[in-house]
Amino acid sequence: MQTEPILRVQNVSKAFPGVQALKNVDFEVYPGEVVALVGENGAGKSTLMKILAGAYTRDSGEMILGGQPFEPLNPFHAQQMGISIIYQEFNLSPTQTVAANVFVSREPRRHGFLGRIGFIDRALMEREAQKYLDIVKTQVSPRAIIRTLSVAERQQVEIAKALAVDARVIIMDEPTSALGADETQSLFSVIRDLKAQGRGIVFITHRMEEIFAIADRVIVFRDGERVGEMPIANATTDRIISLMVGREVENIFPKQVVEIGDVVMEVRGLTAYGMVQDVSFDLRRGEILGVAGLVGAGRTETAQLLFGAVQPDSGEIFIDGQQVGIGSPETAMQVGLGLVPEDRANQGLVLMLSVRENITMPTLRRFTTAGWVDRPAVEKHAQEYVDKLNVRTPSLHQRAVFLSGGNQQKIVVAKWLMSNPKVLILDEPTRGIDVGAKAEIHALMSELAKTGMGIIMISSEMPEILGMSDRIMVMHEGRVAAILDRKDVTQEKIMAYATGHAVEGVH
Amino acid sequence: MSQITAQKASDGAASHLPWYRRLFRVQEFGILLVLIAMILIFSVMTDGRFLTPVNIQNILLNFSWTAIAAFGATMVIITAGIDLSAGSVMALTGLATAMMLSRDHSPFLGPNGEASVPLVIIAIVVGLAIGALCGSINGILITKARLPPFIATLGMMQIARGITYGWAQGWPVQNLPQNFMVLGRHNIPVGTFNLPFPSLLMLLLAVMAWLFLTRTVWGYHIFAVGGNIQAARLSGINTSRVRIMVYTLAGLLAGAGGILLSARLGVAAPTAAQGYELDVIAAVVVGGTSTVGGEGSILGTVIGAAIMGALRTGLNLVGVQAYWLPAAQGAIIIGAITLDQWFRRRQGQRGGLSRLFRRRSA
Repeated sequence: MQTEPILRVQNVSKAFPGVQALKNVDFEVYPGEVVALVGENGAGKSTLMKILAGAYTRDSGEMILGGQPFEPLNPFHAQQMGISIIYQEFNLSPTQTVAANVFVSREPRRHGFLGRIGFIDRALMEREAQKYLDIVKTQVSPRAIIRTLSVAERQQVEIAKALAVDARVIIMDEPTSALGADETQSLFSVIRDLKAQGRGIVFITHRMEEIFAIADRVIVFRDGERVGEMPIANATTDRIISLMVGREVENIFPKQVVEIGDVVMEVRGLTAYGMVQDVSFDLRRGEILGVAGLVGAGRTETAQLLFGAVQPDSGEIFIDGQQVGIGSPETAMQVGLGLVPEDRANQGLVLMLSVRENITMPTLRRFTTAGWVDRPAVEKHAQEYVDKLNVRTPSLHQRAVFLSGGNQQKIVVAKWLMSNPKVLILDEPTRGIDVGAKAEIHALMSELAKTGMGIIMISSEMPEILGMSDRIMVMHEGRVAAILDRKDVTQEKIMAYATGHAVEGVH
Repeated sequence: MSQITAQKASDGAASHLPWYRRLFRVQEFGILLVLIAMILIFSVMTDGRFLTPVNIQNILLNFSWTAIAAFGATMVIITAGIDLSAGSVMALTGLATAMMLSRDHSPFLGPNGEASVPLVIIAIVVGLAIGALCGSINGILITKARLPPFIATLGMMQIARGITYGWAQGWPVQNLPQNFMVLGRHNIPVGTFNLPFPSLLMLLLAVMAWLFLTRTVWGYHIFAVGGNIQAARLSGINTSRVRIMVYTLAGLLAGAGGILLSARLGVAAPTAAQGYELDVIAAVVVGGTSTVGGEGSILGTVIGAAIMGALRTGLNLVGVQAYWLPAAQGAIIIGAITLDQWFRRRQGQRGGLSRLFRRRSA
């Protein structure tokens, strides 16, 4: 790296009331490199990104972009200067076309009078958009409406949008969190192309294996400081994680050996047309059944079918040997199921309500006499679970929206524990959660398994699947491709089934 | 090569389909069916009297001012806003124009009480400007004082109505000049059909509003603000300016509707257009514009307004007492939107399925 960095940040600090979010932080991006920026939630990554994006102003320090002092006035200005950020929640207009989004606020106009009064040259706009879409190797049409696109496709549109403003530095905030393995691979191949064009890429992620797959350099933040930097050649997972958490992590997946009991849940031929086909499996007490597969394989749909959120076309479910009809989440609860959904913020929690109200939502009836809520009892129970799960919240009355992702997830889990389920389904339980809280959630899952609960864990993270599951159900295109035992499973084997390269019995 | 085939598959409004298949994919299709069904039912019930030229002329005239005001309301609702002040602004602008032209009130008339053509034009421009001013105040309250649109326009609804009453001292303003009333009463012959001038103007404004929304930068930005205001702001769109513009246009168009209304009636009463704001909103939502924002069309609004207008005239012809009309209107609003939702879900599912196939083949 003898060349000059495109972007250099020196000694930048930023304080919020009560928190020093960044302390004299340095950061630099060279042309044609991918920098992985890692750190636990609250380490200051987002604060730095928002300063670069022009959403926050720094308290002190210097920023230089392309040899010139860089003073972004607002997000749009930062973008014009050549810094594009691709957020986890995409900034796209859902009801408009891909082309309109790629060229938003810079729409090419028609020639002459019509152009002067604001008429857009749609044909030109679509042709130009197609060029950028080709660069990101997507088959998405410039005329497609954003709302009809998958997450991966929307991300491709976001990248095309960044290219259209000729971004010199593209910052991607956990871009793979909603992608399947194949989609991640194609994102990586696009990133390599962008690198080759001399752009600088900042890649924020929680997934170690991705750092090694794509990054040239790793920068680690902890508590608002830059605590380490290394070229990828010198990096190891252990080293990165110990820098992040400031301590040696013995075991990221504290799976404990639990005695496996009788079958608690039996699913036969579960089918919903267009979603899943003929899904059958058993789940035993104390068992963690990992569900692996690519995005779109029908894993979340299976969870929703089991929980009654979506109606199956056919299939049978038995709990403790009794056939049960699950018509709604309410009946699912009654027969002993709990679901920690994938979309924590929208499906798991009511963000504007307090910790207490969220925790007691499914079980409030138990504390109710003739419509009156016994508040002291509610408080006592909610507090008990907050303590038990080690939820870090200033009080029971804190609104859920103000908690970190990890603590929010614990609340979603707590709300189901109060109803004492026999089977708990967790859909991507640690997505977007920092390493420390992740380990806590994993330990909690082991604890629950110990009490005899059956656990279904859907996950897109291979290490989590391999580390936590007793058995692994691999899904492919809405069907169960294989159910594998912990002892004879490998990452390669799972991938082979998930991608349809292997068929059960043949392998 | 594969690029091209894939492009067609994901295009949605696929242009290689025959026209009748394409029609099914038009978003206004469901609501158009409702209108056609209503016309058929009323025609049968009245032995065809519903479809006589005079009656069609009546229906067209009936919904013209509502539709004109509703074009502005469509834009407002696309930005996920609402304008409750449309009816009051219609009354106020109608009154303002009438005040400048009435033989009982105007200081600007000629010696023998005649209004010159320039005066009529000035009076109309003043009326329109007052409408636009009311709208822009709404927009400023919403974007600068950060009031919810519901609150800001609720206030404006009362203020404009109060000013109308106070200014007119509670009495209707009459004795308007012939060369003003002609705007509301003149018919333009189109072949053998007499097209009322307000309806012609409504159709012209519909085309302009449609082009504005779907072909210009402003229209794109209105949809962007309604679809995801955060994304619009981060993309460099001045969202406040877009929203102020939209409310100003809504005020302007409500003003145009109000002026036409008083030209038609030959009187500007302080009670004029009372409750019209709800008719306007009804026309917009029946026309398929989503109150969540980001979605809607002028064609839908024209159809929506036509449904409400056809209902009014149709029930009258069938012999239903006017007292029952609101109940029928309410039922139509609920029924039409339920049907539309159902239809869209079906369209959506089709999209969902084809997406599944696409993934499978990839």
